Amino acid sequence: MANETLQLLMIVPVLAGAFVGALLLVWWERRLLGFWQDRLGPNRLGPFGILQSVADAIKMFTKDDWVPPFSDRVVFTLAPTAAVAGMLMGFAVVPFAPGLVIVDLNIGVLFFLAMTSLAVYSVLLGGLASNNKYSLLGGLRSAAQMVTYEVFMGLSIMGVVMLAGSFNLSAIVEAQRSVWFAVPQALGLVVFLIAGIAEAHRLPFDLPEAEHELTAGFHTEYSGMKFGLIMVGEYLAVILTSAMTVTLFLGGWLGPEFLPPLVWFTLKTTLLICFFVLLRASLPRPRYDQLMAFGWKVLLPITLLNLLVTGALALWWRDGGVPVG
Amino acid sequence: MLSHLRTLWTVLTHTFTRKDTVEYPETMPYMAPRYRGRIVLTRDPDGEERCVACNLCAAVCPVDCIALQKTETDDGRWYPEFFRINFSRCIMCGMCEEACPTYAIQLIPDFELAEYRRSNMVYEKSHLLIDGVGKYPDYSFWQVAGKAIHGKDKGEAERESAPVNVRSLLP
Repeated sequence: MANETLQLLMIVPVLAGAFVGALLLVWWERRLLGFWQDRLGPNRLGPFGILQSVADAIKMFTKDDWVPPFSDRVVFTLAPTAAVAGMLMGFAVVPFAPGLVIVDLNIGVLFFLAMTSLAVYSVLLGGLASNNKYSLLGGLRSAAQMVTYEVFMGLSIMGVVMLAGSFNLSAIVEAQRSVWFAVPQALGLVVFLIAGIAEAHRLPFDLPEAEHELTAGFHTEYSGMKFGLIMVGEYLAVILTSAMTVTLFLGGWLGPEFLPPLVWFTLKTTLLICFFVLLRASLPRPRYDQLMAFGWKVLLPITLLNLLVTGALALWWRDGGVPVG
Repeated sequence: MLSHLRTLWTVLTHTFTRKDTVEYPETMPYMAPRYRGRIVLTRDPDGEERCVACNLCAAVCPVDCIALQKTETDDGRWYPEFFRINFSRCIMCGMCEEACPTYAIQLIPDFELAEYRRSNMVYEKSHLLIDGVGKYPDYSFWQVAGKAIHGKDKGEAERESAPVNVRSLLP
C-alpha cells in the first residue's frame, strides 16, 4: 500500500518534468533552428536565453482570450485540453528508470496508443468547432492523416511486442539488454518515427496547420492560453514520442554503468528530440495526396512485411529451430 | 530519399558554421560611409552655416518633413531663421541631400533615432547643426558663388573674372 502511494507521488515530478520540458523545448527548438539557419536564436533573456519560454508564457496569459461568436463555444473551449490531457496521460506508462514509473501497466503499449489517439480529438474538434473554413480543412486533413498513420504506428510496435513477448514497457526495456530493438526492428523504428512525427503533427507532417495554405489550420481561431495549450500539447507530443521511441527501440534506460539509468534515458530522449528539430529544419512539407499515398502505399506494406518476417522468425526461434543452411 | 538524407547532413553541419547574426547593441554593425541615416546641417570651412535657405530640400522632400524660413544677415548672406525636420516622417531617402546646392544638408550613418516621446522626434536647427564640414571638407559656397556679400564683392569669388562693363566700347 505504501509502495502504491509512493508510485502515485511520482505523478508530481513527472507532471512538473513534462511541463518544464515542454517549456524548455519551445526555447531549445528555436535556438536549434537558429543555429541551423546560421542565426543565434533567442539568447537574450537569462543565461543562453533560457527564460524566453517564461516570457512567452507571460505573454500568452496576458493576451486577449477571444472566443469567436460563431463557434461552438463548449467544444471550442474543451478541445485544447484534450491535446494536453491525452499527452500527459501517455506519460503515466513511460518507464524512466527501473521502478521509476507511475503505473507499470501490463498493457502499457496499448495505453500509450490509446492516449495519443485521444489527442487527435483536440485537433479534430478544434477545427470543427471553430466554424472557419481553414480550421475545418485543417481538421479534415488531421483526421485523414491520423487515421492513416495510427494504423501502422500500432503495427510497427507489434514487432517489438513479439520479440519482447510483453505489452509491459518495463519488460520491453529489460528484453533489450542483449541488443536494442533498433537493430532487429530497424524498419519498425523508421516507420514508428515517421508515424510519431505525423501523430504529433510536427513538420514535415504538419499538414493540419500548414501555414502557407491554411493560415494556421485547425488553430486559426485560437488565441491566448487556449493557443498556448495547443502548443504545449504539441511539444508534449514531441517529448512523449521521443520517450516512447527510446523505450521501445533504443533500450530505454539501459546503458553503460558509469551513468545512472535516468540520465541515460534523458540523454537519449534529448538527442531524439534534437533529431525531430533537425527534421523540421531541413525537410519540406509533402503535398496532402503525397502524404496519403506514402502512408498507404509505402509505409503500410513495409510494416506488414516487417511484421510477417518478425513473426515467422519469432515462431522459428520459439520452436527451437536451427537457422537454415 | 538519398537527397533527404543529404539535406539532413548539410543542415546538421551548419551547427558549426559562423553565424551571420550581429548582436547589435553590444557590437555595432559596419555602416558604410554613405549610409543614409540621421540628417545634419554642416558648416563652411570658416565655421559659418552652409545652408542658404533656398527651400529646395523642403520642396523635394516626398514626405514633407522639412520646414524652414529664410532670413538674411546684415552683410547679405541668406540663412534659415528656423530649420525643422520631423524625423517621425523622414524616410531617409536622401533626396534633400541630392537637391541641396550648397552641400549643407547631409545624411550620416547614425541610425539610432528612437525616442520615448513622439515630440522629441522633431529636430530644430540647434539639434541639426554640426560643427564640421561633413563629406566635403573644402567646399565653401559663398567663396564660389557669384552673389556679392559683405567682404566679397562681385568678381572676387574663386574662378570668377571681374565684371565686364557692357557699355564700354574698349576691348
